[in-house]
Amino acid sequence: MKNQVFRAGLLTATALAFGLTASGAALAEWKPDRPVELVVSAGPGGGSDIFTRVVQAALTKNSLVSTPLLVVNKPGGSGSEAFAYAEDNPDSPYKLYFGTQDAYVLPLTTKVTYSMKDLKPLMTMASDVFILWTNPKASGINTAQEFVEKAKAAPGKVRISGAKAKDADETLVTLIERAAGIDLAYIPYKSGSEAAIQVAGGHVEANTNNPSESLEQWKAGNQKPLCVFTSERLADKTVVADGVSWADIPTCVEAGINVKDFLQPRTVWMGANAPAEAAAYYTDLLKKVADTPEFKDYSTRNVQINKVLVGDEFNAYVAEQVKNYEKIYKDNGWLLSSGQ
Amino acid sequence: MGNFGQLMDGFAIALTTHHIMVMVIGVLLGLVVGVLPGLGAPNGVSLLLPLTFTMDPISAIILLTSMYWGALFGGSTTSILFNIPGEPSSVATTFDGYPMAKRGEAVRALTLAFSSAGFGALVGVLVITLLSGWVANFALRFGSPEYFGVYFLAFASFIGMSGGSPFKTLVCIMLGLAAGTVGMDTISGEGRLTFGIADLTRGISFLIVVIGLFGLGELLVTVDEGYKFDGVKAKLSLSVIFRTLLELPRYWVTLLRSALVGCWMGITPGGPTAASFMSYALGRRFSRRGRFFGKGEPEGIVAPETADHSAGSCALLPMLALGVPGSATAAVMMGGLMIWGLSPGPMLFTTRPDFVWGLIASMYAGNLIAVVLVLTTVPLFAFILRAPFSVVGPLIAIICVIGAYTVSNHMFDVWLALIFGIVGYVFKKLDYPLAPFVLAVVLGDKAEDAFRQSMLSSGGSLTVFFETPLVGTMMGLGILLLLLPLLSLLFGAIFGRGGGADAGEAADHQTSRP
Repeated sequence: MKNQVFRAGLLTATALAFGLTASGAALAEWKPDRPVELVVSAGPGGGSDIFTRVVQAALTKNSLVSTPLLVVNKPGGSGSEAFAYAEDNPDSPYKLYFGTQDAYVLPLTTKVTYSMKDLKPLMTMASDVFILWTNPKASGINTAQEFVEKAKAAPGKVRISGAKAKDADETLVTLIERAAGIDLAYIPYKSGSEAAIQVAGGHVEANTNNPSESLEQWKAGNQKPLCVFTSERLADKTVVADGVSWADIPTCVEAGINVKDFLQPRTVWMGANAPAEAAAYYTDLLKKVADTPEFKDYSTRNVQINKVLVGDEFNAYVAEQVKNYEKIYKDNGWLLSSGQ
Repeated sequence: MGNFGQLMDGFAIALTTHHIMVMVIGVLLGLVVGVLPGLGAPNGVSLLLPLTFTMDPISAIILLTSMYWGALFGGSTTSILFNIPGEPSSVATTFDGYPMAKRGEAVRALTLAFSSAGFGALVGVLVITLLSGWVANFALRFGSPEYFGVYFLAFASFIGMSGGSPFKTLVCIMLGLAAGTVGMDTISGEGRLTFGIADLTRGISFLIVVIGLFGLGELLVTVDEGYKFDGVKAKLSLSVIFRTLLELPRYWVTLLRSALVGCWMGITPGGPTAASFMSYALGRRFSRRGRFFGKGEPEGIVAPETADHSAGSCALLPMLALGVPGSATAAVMMGGLMIWGLSPGPMLFTTRPDFVWGLIASMYAGNLIAVVLVLTTVPLFAFILRAPFSVVGPLIAIICVIGAYTVSNHMFDVWLALIFGIVGYVFKKLDYPLAPFVLAVVLGDKAEDAFRQSMLSSGGSLTVFFETPLVGTMMGLGILLLLLPLLSLLFGAIFGRGGGADAGEAADHQTSRP
């Protein structure tokens, strides 16, 4: 059951979104007459891959497009391969690129061939949240405060697993370290589900997984959420396990770790010179997707923040995020320029 | 035996006309996909995925898993006929399958491969049926040191057995490890050995290595040394198939050992490819006729095939129970599960028993259907070998190049495969073993990750590898296997049995004696 406020928020968001496109409706006579490639910046089975395939499923099931849709995985170079593909096809109206913050974060840390100038931002369809998890049975940690205390007592000894190096998880870990004044041992794994198993099995004290990556382990009693990295508590009041719902998880700020709103947006892009009418068409189309039962199911299952960002709002968001990441990466010494 | 009750319910779900049709279609599609190297099961399954969106989840997973079985069988076909492994896990099948086919016994080789594969798969499913509850908890005990233990054991069993010059083996392993290092490093997030070439940041795909080394390399050797394929003599009579089937029970020791190795590697994160290598290595060491491995020995086909398929089936269990895919194909299927609205994890068995047990039941039926279907294709495939080399040769070259391209649609991969083809030719000419190279490419990168994760987690102390009985046993066994050639050498010296090579053979006799 969704909370009323949440639903109202969603309605206004979509209403707003429709209002915005009404003005662009005159432009939106364009329609694809060839198969459309949905390019994913991750391998099969990864978070971005599932996001893309849900969009594909929603479009197919609701007959929103008549041309075939092809999902193309380009996971190379941490996903930069997908955006380099956009650089090679700057004006194609038949290619959409699906990713996360990786689109604008990758050029900061890694040597990539593309730059943000090669991408035309379309929208954020939803955002994943991050939660601090532990296995209380193995680690003896029950609250975020206990986690911080334990880390303070043994600097560099409390282990925290995550997906990949210098990606979202490790970035968040450095933010936690700085906010709480602690030193943690970050251990990178290939994926969030592997990181979840390490915590569930008691090999590592904590991780910062997205809700869906650890949900099943929570239900099975092998993991427990300590706090969520958002400025407000989550909206979903369905009880998940132990009489606790998503909405009962304290925010990390409440719990004493001052890290606000660390989100993973699910973003969509096109090549820089793609025709404006095509961009308007896809924006409109994907907004319809965000309203389909398939996408809503996906969003609810992943306990996402269901806010669609398009146009100037999305541009402003990206600009702000790039600034934030530049600051964090500079502090961490991860910026490409500082490494040389 | 609550499991059996549930399995019977599962059969009721799986054995409808509709689902059996789905299985047949899946297996046939899988065969096609498996025969083409590069296209492979993961690509095939992801191509099929959009079609399943409108199906109900049970039919959808049955279609995808049936395709997986079909692809596993198809992969063995090209390994045996052309020395091109259609799937990474069928590399080890080429070692004895291809020589046997070359001898004119293609029908026997294919039949042996398919029937032992079917046996392996059934053992795997049986293990899943009986141990599903226990395995999920067992798998949770695997931290990074345990992962490393699994890989170490696989490595050790392979190194311990390798014939020929140990220095050549070492060179091949080192080169393989280096090739496996290329690309993005998981731990540091930096590119390694990429030399600033953007294409190399993706890393060197194992499939490309295999297509080059085996497919193209063998082709070059054949062109160089002349065509000596006795395929023309191959008898196409059905009686050979039946005679071979009757021959199978004779290898019951190998069958059982390989099935056990396969189940172990499937449940732990080793995976089917490592399983087939390890089983082949153990077969070579412990079989009475181990010395003849590599020359077209039946057990050399039975061992990797059985292990490959039992591991392939068992690998589905960690995927369902933990949400950690055991293979690339399982990763794609897991994505499918999530899109259909199911969450893989420990609760799936209680929340959707119809789905889980329907799937397990379909694994029994699907594999049986696959064995029968694939056995009927044997005469057809054997017939291909009757074509002259001027037809088969270019065909192999085309298949290899297309295969290299389809791995991830990059032209760069095609050049890479051609380079590895030349490497394979040179290795063959200079008598460097290819198997250790391939094994190092498959496992090197994973073993390294696990080792560094363990070191990060323990603060740099090596004692983590001996802390729990589980990891301690694996490491101990591994070290023992590593030292075995040395020990047997010592043994040989004490009993005054001539030189090193002889001593190695003597050791083979010793160990195989009951």
